[in-house]
Amino acid sequence: MLIACPYCGPRDLSEFTYQGDANRTRPHPMSNDQSAWNAYVYDRVNTAGDHREFWQHSGGCRAHLAVVRSTLTHEIKSVAIARESMNREAAK
Amino acid sequence: MSPRRAHNGGRIDRATRLRFTFDGTAMTGHAGDTLASALLANGISVVGRSFKYHRPRGVFSAGIEEPNALVTVIRGKLREPNIPATQIELYDGLTVESQNRFPSLSFDVGALNSLAGNLFAAGFYYKTFMGPVVGPLKGTRFWMFCEHFIRRAAGLGRAGYEPDTDRYEKMYGFCDVLVVGSGPAGLMAAKRAAATGKRVFLAEQEAEFGGTLRWKSATIDGLPAAEWVAATIAELATLPNVTLLPRTTVWGYYDDNALGALERVSDHKAHAAIGEPRHRHWTIRAGDVVLATGAFERPIVFPGNDRPGIMLASAAARYASEYGVLPGERIAIFANNDSAYEAALALKDAGAEIAAIIDVRAGVSLSARELAREAGAELLLGYAVTSTSGARRLREIEIQPFADGKVKDGATRAIVVDCLAVSGGWSPAIHLASQAGHAPQWDESLRAFLPPSPTQRWTGAGAFTGAFSAAAALGDDHAVNEPEIEYEPAPVFEIHPTGKKSGKAFVDLQHDVTASDIRLAHREGFQSVEHLKRYTTLGMATDQGKSSNVPGLAIMAAARGLPISEVGTTRFRPPFSAVSLGALAADRHGHFKPQRLTPMHDWHLARGARMYAAGLWYRPMIYGAGGETVEQAYVREARAVRASVGIVDVSTLGKIAVQGPDAAEFLDRVYTNMFSTLPVHKARYGLMLREEGIAFDDGTTWRLGEHDFLMTTTTANAGKVMQHLEYYLDCVWPDLRVHVTSVTDEWAGAAVAGPNARRVLEACVESTGVDNDALPFMGIVRGEIAGAPVMICRLSFSGELAYEVYCGAGHGQHVWDALMAAGQPFGIVPYGLEALGTLRIEKGHVTGAEIDGRTSPRDLYLDWMLSKKKPYIGSAMVDREGLVAPDRISLVGIVALDDRPLQGGGHIVEQLGEEPRGSIGHITGFCFSPALGKYIALALVKGGKARHGQRAFVSDPVRNRYGPVEIVSHHFFDPEGSRMHG
Repeated sequence: MLIACPYCGPRDLSEFTYQGDANRTRPHPMSNDQSAWNAYVYDRVNTAGDHREFWQHSGGCRAHLAVVRSTLTHEIKSVAIARESMNREAAK
Repeated sequence: MSPRRAHNGGRIDRATRLRFTFDGTAMTGHAGDTLASALLANGISVVGRSFKYHRPRGVFSAGIEEPNALVTVIRGKLREPNIPATQIELYDGLTVESQNRFPSLSFDVGALNSLAGNLFAAGFYYKTFMGPVVGPLKGTRFWMFCEHFIRRAAGLGRAGYEPDTDRYEKMYGFCDVLVVGSGPAGLMAAKRAAATGKRVFLAEQEAEFGGTLRWKSATIDGLPAAEWVAATIAELATLPNVTLLPRTTVWGYYDDNALGALERVSDHKAHAAIGEPRHRHWTIRAGDVVLATGAFERPIVFPGNDRPGIMLASAAARYASEYGVLPGERIAIFANNDSAYEAALALKDAGAEIAAIIDVRAGVSLSARELAREAGAELLLGYAVTSTSGARRLREIEIQPFADGKVKDGATRAIVVDCLAVSGGWSPAIHLASQAGHAPQWDESLRAFLPPSPTQRWTGAGAFTGAFSAAAALGDDHAVNEPEIEYEPAPVFEIHPTGKKSGKAFVDLQHDVTASDIRLAHREGFQSVEHLKRYTTLGMATDQGKSSNVPGLAIMAAARGLPISEVGTTRFRPPFSAVSLGALAADRHGHFKPQRLTPMHDWHLARGARMYAAGLWYRPMIYGAGGETVEQAYVREARAVRASVGIVDVSTLGKIAVQGPDAAEFLDRVYTNMFSTLPVHKARYGLMLREEGIAFDDGTTWRLGEHDFLMTTTTANAGKVMQHLEYYLDCVWPDLRVHVTSVTDEWAGAAVAGPNARRVLEACVESTGVDNDALPFMGIVRGEIAGAPVMICRLSFSGELAYEVYCGAGHGQHVWDALMAAGQPFGIVPYGLEALGTLRIEKGHVTGAEIDGRTSPRDLYLDWMLSKKKPYIGSAMVDREGLVAPDRISLVGIVALDDRPLQGGGHIVEQLGEEPRGSIGHITGFCFSPALGKYIALALVKGGKARHGQRAFVSDPVRNRYGPVEIVSHHFFDPEGSRMHG
């Protein structure tokens, strides 16, 4: 599998570390809603199809990438720098 | 009669004789032989015993699909088992052994299994051994008792015990077009791609290029096929954009057109050239892939079809034409298609007598009749082979009329032959395509699975696509002269005579799976192909069912009354054929593992340090002085620290620079305690949790400036903590203006500890004071030691007055030497990890043994570090019910009451009984405490503090250590901390 790192170009899977589901929303730090925290920490949807997830280019520039990957075919649909895409989301 | 070398013909070098030994018997062959062809040329018909029934078996194929002729290759003390003899190129001095026979190949006691035939049907072992109660042995215990003997009786070759001394290497290849297979279709694809200037790799699993063209009688553009191949390869070899990879099997097809291939570089040589590896593993990244992997001929299943002397028709022809070997003197052909007629002619041309061609079809084409006439064979149409005889070699076959898919009764005829060449049609080698495509499609006219539609960038060519002739593979550019062959076979996969007991009909020769096993699986409900495979082990042997897959499916389809297309096939998974583990590991083992050494490493070694691997780091365990035991050494070192002063290398601690305007805010979020209130030039001990409230790592963080912190982590977690920080900055709090940089390797560190530590520093530190005012507890100063800039923080892991002295890694040894010299008057002692551990256990400080990924801060009595003023990672979940339950295992101290050593992992129990049980916790760290004069330990025990003062026992059945202990506070020594604050 190849992931096209926006900084480094297309690189082999072995250079990356999977860093988890990118669809989760962390509750507000002051929140005491245990079910929301529980959902954030433990609940995952086992998606068959396109899945947004974080990959770190740990053997390269070390940036976290927000990747949309099909769990059925391993096709990478999009790659963005996580920091930028998370900031864009926060701005919305 | 037996097989022998023909008087002439073949592409072997008859002038070169090569010596080899088979089961200790010296034999000879020629350059260009495989072990299989050389064994046949020496008249050897039995080359192995079968897996389950120990039946004699001979060479069955001429290629990688070989199910029978597996041997063990012996090189010195090394043994490599289960290598197909068809894949071993002969070299002078080759030594091989046959397999799965006891005591010898010709007399095998295991062959008695064959007499007990029906006992050993599919599922026999499970049904017999897994259920019953036999004497005192209940259920699976009976199986465990028998398993050893069963595993010995059934099986393949035996691997050696010696370490593999061969060299292996890895290569990464990049090309525009990878062509897999070098038969006519592969050669054409390579030529065409090369002409466009693309970078082309041509991989061929055999030693020579050309595939079937090397031994077929066809001519191309007026040249004999083999000469045309040689000319084409010579032309390709001159092109700079073409890489030829002979002896290279492409074995796996992975995402984004990444393919794994194994190149057998020197297996065919008596001695590898200097620097040459045995195998080279290729990871090939290809723009496009052309699959020209050809097709496998498959057998017809009939009773007695496993006798030595029965082989695939194409293999028999190849032995005759390529190796000049007659697999028999009087040969019969048994077929359901035309291709075997071409084989008959090749065998006749090499000097064999073709006794008969037996064909299940009632009528055949004119060209087939012509081939039969030329071969001088009696043509028996509408017949089938229904039984065979001969002890160690085929002697006679029996045939009966055959029509409408059934054997007709009566009129049995016997034919005396010593070889039977069988063809049941052709199956394209779609293994790689199946790995990179959808489900294969059954073709009703070729009666084979054709390649699926791709899910990756590949195209197919030649026999792989079902176009079996050379003309079809080469296209219109070349004039091909070859016999006209109808490859479409009659729909006959099995000859199943009824009403007569004529012997076992084998489908999977290597795993001894018979046609009746498949029918048994059907009767017992294992009807899906995936169940069939696992229940009978059909196709699960080392040949992966390359020749048995389709006949097996056809028999199941017939039993279920369904077309084969509805029964389907199992998915082919990598590897296509065996891949050596050595090639997969290549250099990544033994002394090639990277090592991380501190700047003072050589000094430690020179001082007699015994080193300890901590991840990739090497750290001194003890400094051995003249015949000391480990315990004597660390007790001496730890005692010296408490009495005067010691020095320890702490360069391996993880160090992360956390910098930026929001650095303090960031640290408040990742640590449980507050860092934004920390003054500049002060350090603080911090604890990190994971999101679910479990302790993650601890260490001190130093504030070097308003926006500039130096975080230290445990040696083991340095990488994980770095990744943790990067994750939160990138994915959770992208708005924070913070940059983290790993600086572990930039700093060398030495901890100077003991009542005289300050005096040592006073003697060597310049440009700063180190007295209590200038450098209070947890204070930081910058200064110089012997001219080198240093940063000193007063903090303590040992519980003594202690300082960590950091300097640039390049000055590490220089500063260390200066500290040693300054410490000389105080008898400074270097100490290792064992003494460090002893000092911290006496103080009750936790490390990775207690922060083990399961303990909460409360379990470790670190709840005083949990800030109530701010949220932090884990704050929302650290107070969950389960994490505050009173019966959680919590940190305690343990004192051995029998004055014997304790060991890590030993369990703590309330009572000692006959059987180990009732664990209330376990030991995490242990030592002899010089301060207390006792064997002590830290442990995680249910209830923790509530048990202080209680008696319990250590129960360590693995090391047979039992005895009374007392549970005490983990603060064994100086609980008030007066020594380090002094």
